[in-house]
Parts: sequence; structure tokens; C-alpha cells
Amino acid sequence: MNRKVQHFIDLVLVLTQKDLKVRYKSNILGYLWSVANPLAFAFVFYVAFKVIMRIQMEAYALFLIAGLFPWQWFANSVSVTPTVFLSNASIIKKVNFPRNIIPFSIVLQDMLHFIFSIPVIVLFMLIYHKLPHWSWIYGIPILLIVQFVFAYGISLFVSSINLFFRDLERLVGILITLCFYFTPIIYPLEMIPDKYQSLVNLNPMCPLIISWRNLFFYGKVEWMYIFISLGYGVLALLIGYAVYRKLSWKFAEVL
Amino acid sequence: MSESIVSFEHVSKSYPQYHQITGGIKQFLFNLPKAVRLFKTARYLALHDISFEVKQGETFGIIGRNGAGKSTTLGLIAGVLKSTIGKVSVKGKISPLLELGAGFNSDLTGRENIFLNGVLMGLTRKEVANKVDDIIEFSELGEFIEQPIRVYSSGMLARLGFSVASSLDPEILLIDEILAVGDITFQHKCVERMMSFKQKKVTMVFVSHSMESMVSLCDRAMWIENHTVKMIGDAKAVVKEFVNQS
Repeated sequence: MNRKVQHFIDLVLVLTQKDLKVRYKSNILGYLWSVANPLAFAFVFYVAFKVIMRIQMEAYALFLIAGLFPWQWFANSVSVTPTVFLSNASIIKKVNFPRNIIPFSIVLQDMLHFIFSIPVIVLFMLIYHKLPHWSWIYGIPILLIVQFVFAYGISLFVSSINLFFRDLERLVGILITLCFYFTPIIYPLEMIPDKYQSLVNLNPMCPLIISWRNLFFYGKVEWMYIFISLGYGVLALLIGYAVYRKLSWKFAEVL
Repeated sequence: MSESIVSFEHVSKSYPQYHQITGGIKQFLFNLPKAVRLFKTARYLALHDISFEVKQGETFGIIGRNGAGKSTTLGLIAGVLKSTIGKVSVKGKISPLLELGAGFNSDLTGRENIFLNGVLMGLTRKEVANKVDDIIEFSELGEFIEQPIRVYSSGMLARLGFSVASSLDPEILLIDEILAVGDITFQHKCVERMMSFKQKKVTMVFVSHSMESMVSLCDRAMWIENHTVKMIGDAKAVVKEFVNQS
């Protein structure tokens, strides 16, 4: 294999391995801790909307989790990336390696983490007497790729710009929170009033989360939503990469 | 022997004043006209019209006061900075010696960090695997190598760092103030290894405030003052002149 390609793969492996090791500390408790966070969120929303506000929905706990887990992947990746270059400043200033590796491995790491948490979703499905669907075999990989492309594009953009405008980090935090409530994660798409339905697809995360939930809930692969998501993904990647290309050689100056 | 490995031709490097914008979007927007004007016009000149060559197998020292532009020069050689004017050309694989613990992760063990660092510096995992035993042996860290490096002393970190960087079969070794750490025996070992690099005709660029090691290691030296070359020549002569001045 071409040495450059091999080196790129090794860089990704080493960095991702590092993050996974630090995160899980190679044991089962580490794993429990890292699914504890989205589960705690799910619990809070369950109490607030099902127990207190009595939303009329079947299997609301499963519904929440099926949307929250992929959302967490996106939100974790994007909220970490503003500072990734800053926290690797010492090495960026000295060694000339492809810097996009760092956000790449972060998004990859969060993706792996999401994959590891799919058994938890299955567990909740079994509780509600549902079974995994054969369409998962191709549906999950497709959606993984689509979401990876989108999250990586956004991460590249955010991490590059944040070096120059260091308060972008805060803005990103606010935007993620806004985006969370504008995406049908804690409520179903059908609950959105008719006059706003047309706005739904303006939110890039919306078709993606709907796709995930359709897949987990009904084993349904709806190509329209996937294509819209893919469109957003490619757009994000193109813009993110262009910005990164333009700015990357200035990273060592500004750090 | 006479092929030039690193060459700078009338190189200047200036930065925009990034602090105008790194203060944040908010600050930038509130002072928009002024910030844009300053950003476009006011530039910080780090190096001005520098020309020099480092030949194959040569050990080249760079001296100068703090902030004179030594590290910028190293950054240009390493390829992490681009020159504003002029041409920098470098032939060969560069291996920079990093400052204490740079590129290491404190939660990983010494051994895991060797892989992390080696791959970041341009090797494949297989290549690092072939060298890992040598690196560990040279570092003299013993069983500490299996412990997370957050328990290491700064001397141990320096040993690990030097062991990794110097084991990567560099063609060009960049050394920025590294010998000041570690105990005497290890410092001695480092100097020995650098001597062996010298014999193996590895090209080295060496930045230091230690005039002693400058004289003992370097063939030629460059003195940078006020962002430009004050003197280039035989290491002893340059150091002598520099010491007289200050």
C-alpha cells in the first residue's frame, strides 16, 4: 500500500485508539459511564414529558433513545472540536502532519462510541417487544457514513475558524442547544404545526434524526430523508474542507 | 557532502496581529472598522531577509536573544510556517525534538506514547514497532514505561521525548533547547547520541542558549538579532562575538 495512505490510516488509528483508551480506560465501567450521559438525558425527558406532561405516545422511552443517541454523537463531536487544535498547540507548532486528522479522529471516535451504544437501543426495543429489523444491515452503515460526513464537515469548519475567533466555542454551544430543540428528538415530527412543517428540512439534523428513528423504530429506510441528509453532509464537507485548506497553514502562526 | 539540505533565500516572515481577532467575534464586530484596518496593515515582522544554507551532515547552531526569531526559523524549516517572502527549501525527513511532553497524552503509558509520538512524527505503526525496544532501552525508564506518563517526573518526560525523536532515523534533526533537562548522566547520553548522529552525517539544526554545547556540537552557527542575520560563520567565532556583545 502507498506509504502516505498507510501513514494516514495509522495516524487515525493511533489517535482514535488514544481517545478510546482515555475514555473507556479499557474496562466495562468506563463503558457504563459513557452511556450513562445520554441515558440520564432520556430519563429527564421521560419524566418531564411522559410522566408530568403526559404526552400521548407509545414507547416514548425508546422513541427518546433512538433519537438521543445519534444526536449525542453529533453534539459531542461538534462541541469538542472548537478547542481541539488549541489543546494540541504544542505539536501543531512543531510537527508538520495533516491537521485534519485531529477532528477526523474525534468524529470517528464518537461514531464508534455510538455504535457501541446500539445494544442499549436494542435492549429498550426488547422491553417494548420490538425486534431489530433486517434493513439495519444496510441502513445503519449508510446512515453512519452520512452522519460522519456531515459531522466531520462541521467539525473541520468550526475547529479551523475557532483558532482565529476564539469565542466561536461559546456560540457553538448555544447553537447546539438551539438545534437540539428545533430537531424532532423529544417530540415526533407530526406534532410540529402544519404551517411550520415546511421549515423542518431547513434544519440539517432533522432529516438525519428522522432517518435514524425510522430505522430503529420501524426498520424503515426512507431514501428521501437520507438524500437530503447526504446533500447537507456533502455541502458541510465541501465548505469545511475549503475553509480548512485555506487556513491550515496559518495554524502555527496563530497558536 | 556539499549538497545543501536546508536553504533560505532572502526569507522574511511576518504575521498579522492575530490578537485583534482572537479576542473573539464579539470584540471584532464591535470594533469592526478599526479591527479590519489594523488586521490588514499592522503586521509583526518576525524575520527579515534571512539567507543561509545548511549542508548535508552539518550541525548548524542558531543563537540570539529571546524573541529574536530563532523559533520562527525552526518553524519555517519544519514546514509548519510558510515564508511571507523568499524561498525555503528543505530536503529530507525532518524530526523535531519537542518541548517537554508535547504531543504526549498524560493518560497513556510511556509505551503507548511512543507510538502516538512516532506516528505523529511521520512513521507508520510498523516502523515504530520495530524500534520500540531500542527506544525504551535508551530511555532507561525501566518498568515505568508501562505506567501512565502523568506519574513521570519532568526529567523522565524529557528522556522519553529525546529517546523517541532521536530514534526515528531522522535525516534532519531540529533541536530547540532540549539539553537543559534531565540529570547529568542522561544529558551526557544525549550529547553522545548527537555525536553519533554527527558521525552518521545526520544534518542537525540546533537552537540553544548554552554556548558551551553550541561550541562543542556545532560546525557553523548563525546569530540572529533583531529578526535578521547578524553573523554567520564558524561556530566558535560566532559564539565568541556573541558573548563579547552581551
